[in-house]
Amino acid sequence: MNPIPTCTREVVVKLENGLHLGPGSQIVQLAQKFSSEILIRKGDKTVDGKSMLDLLTLAAEHGTVLELQARGDDAAAALEAIAALFDRNFASEQPTDKPA
Amino acid sequence: MKLSDFVVREAILTDLKAATKEEAIRAMVESLSKTGHVKPADQEGIIAAILKREELGSTGIGKGVAVPHTKHPSVNRLVATIALSREGVEFASLDGERVHILFLLVSPPDRPGDHLRALENISRHLRNDNFCNFLRQAQSAEAVIELLEEADNNQLG
Repeated sequence: MNPIPTCTREVVVKLENGLHLGPGSQIVQLAQKFSSEILIRKGDKTVDGKSMLDLLTLAAEHGTVLELQARGDDAAAALEAIAALFDRNFASEQPTDKPA
Repeated sequence: MKLSDFVVREAILTDLKAATKEEAIRAMVESLSKTGHVKPADQEGIIAAILKREELGSTGIGKGVAVPHTKHPSVNRLVATIALSREGVEFASLDGERVHILFLLVSPPDRPGDHLRALENISRHLRNDNFCNFLRQAQSAEAVIELLEEADNNQLG
């Protein structure tokens, strides 16, 4: 039996206002496109990357290091896509990194 | 940070009649204005700013909950109010469901950390099904306040 593919990667929150609702919903919408389980860890707290309520409980401020973990057949692709959001600081998808 | 620190008790609306997102947001900001927590002169500016934020992406975060918000210099500390809608408000939510519980937040422009912590607080309690269910069933502002205090004291299990 093959083990479930699992990938992890660290990312840094570079958003000036932290990981609030706008960028959070970009993560959730992207994560939901993948079948893999997506977990996001801050310190000793791990949440479901497909749940907006979960994500908001991280209160990840500017400079916070988060660990992304994906488990499932498309784990590698999911992680790459979500990490890319952090790497480009969310801005190119929608201009939501600053609440109006 | 506790819910009862930033939710303005006297501005809570337990029977919101609004049918649209704009009507809901207007009623909630007017309630904050009437109770003196935002300046009446800033009321229209705050409503416009919240609606503009909604255009970037709905703050309907699922489970029948929305968290419309904005930064505005009208306030020097974060203030929020709660509205409950029996019929539900069409809010273009992430999960497509109508919204029955609304938390509206206005925060000072220079305090992004407070905004994040308030969202953390609200979302942490909303993940608790007891909190969500009791809140939706609350018939009076007093009942909402009591529930907020129980949530703050982790008495909801």
